[in-house]
Amino acid sequence: MCTVCGCGSGELRYNGQPARPAASPKASSSVGFKPAAGAAPASARTHTPAPPAVETHRPTASAGALHYGHGPAHAHAPGLSQAQMVKIEQDILGKNDRLAAANRDWLARRGVFALNLVSSPGSGKTTLLVETIRRLAGRLPVAVIEGDQQTEFDAERIRATGAPALQINTGKGCHLDAHMVGEAFARLAIPPRSLLLIENVGNLVCPAAFDLGEAHKVVILSVTEGEDKPLKYPDMFAAADLMLLSKTDLLPHLSFDVQRAIDFARRVNPGLRVLQLSSTSGEGFDAWLDWIADGAAAASASAAEAVETQS
Amino acid sequence: MHEMSLAEGVRSIVEDTARNHGASRVEAVVLEIGDLAAVEVESLRFCLDVVLKDSVADGATVSIERVPGTGWCLRCAETVAIAQRYDACPRCGGYQVQPTGGTEMRVKEMALASGEPTPEKES
Repeated sequence: MCTVCGCGSGELRYNGQPARPAASPKASSSVGFKPAAGAAPASARTHTPAPPAVETHRPTASAGALHYGHGPAHAHAPGLSQAQMVKIEQDILGKNDRLAAANRDWLARRGVFALNLVSSPGSGKTTLLVETIRRLAGRLPVAVIEGDQQTEFDAERIRATGAPALQINTGKGCHLDAHMVGEAFARLAIPPRSLLLIENVGNLVCPAAFDLGEAHKVVILSVTEGEDKPLKYPDMFAAADLMLLSKTDLLPHLSFDVQRAIDFARRVNPGLRVLQLSSTSGEGFDAWLDWIADGAAAASASAAEAVETQS
Repeated sequence: MHEMSLAEGVRSIVEDTARNHGASRVEAVVLEIGDLAAVEVESLRFCLDVVLKDSVADGATVSIERVPGTGWCLRCAETVAIAQRYDACPRCGGYQVQPTGGTEMRVKEMALASGEPTPEKES
């Protein structure tokens, strides 16, 4: 399902296999990925414009800009008192958060250090992963979950390094969610005490809100993009714990102001850690690999502790 | 962003609650959306219109209460009002502000039409 406008059907794929409800698990590792219980069939969601609601908020317009983020607070609906009011106070993303907590628990028990890598398309995420896996060879086992709308190209690039990789095709979806990642755990050989790299769909907006159960979100900003991206897409930079400023080998050819980009990112997230690196020249990679090694060691140690307390 | 996913989350909460209370119809749904929650209210309303069709909350009034954004300014050591995540502290002008309120996305309450007293039975 399209998670932005709701049109179309899922077309979710695992390793290129259509995610239809599988009658029996086959060697092809196809998986049934049904919409959540109670979801209406996709065909019921057509693009009929809704009749204008009385209290619809209009975007605010000023010269040269149309802003959907402003608007007056709503008025309470009339007639509420005539029916039974029920207090609920439930988080709308509560279901995803519960699944993410289960994923986190699954990872913790195995001592797996999981990172959720997010960025715009074209920031060089896959190249960064390939280089990271290559440099970690012999130090730390790595498994990869690749999220893209279509194609298995990225998983193939990862598999060429020898690391196990599972491709999730979200079809028309704009982000991975905790359910998809939980399903992937069952279909991917994730070694215990390893590093799990989850490459999210290239999108600086939607993946910010969806916890997958990872230890950290890592946002990648390449120096061929604008320095002002952290302000243009603040939610992603706010959700991340680490920012990788990538493709730094290209800096001599660009007018990218590194300090400005970092300042903008820290405006949104004062606690954000920043590392600069280049997958092509390898500069800055040691700090990135050390950061991973520290996290992986901590994950592995706490899993070992948990086992000891149990026995 | 992803307002359709959020709308589906709302429907799932609304349907579960109606079922648990044996309600035949939901008349109103009150949501609480923080100003810093990155939710486009206009778009969420559109998605809810579509998603709640033919559900137990078809035609329900949807009210959305905004929760103003607040943050903790490290320099001033106090809570200040902010409208965006990257806003400067209105007191000192610094950017060392961690959002503390206004990030919520919640179904706050619902008005249920008193259905037949048939708990557990509602599809």
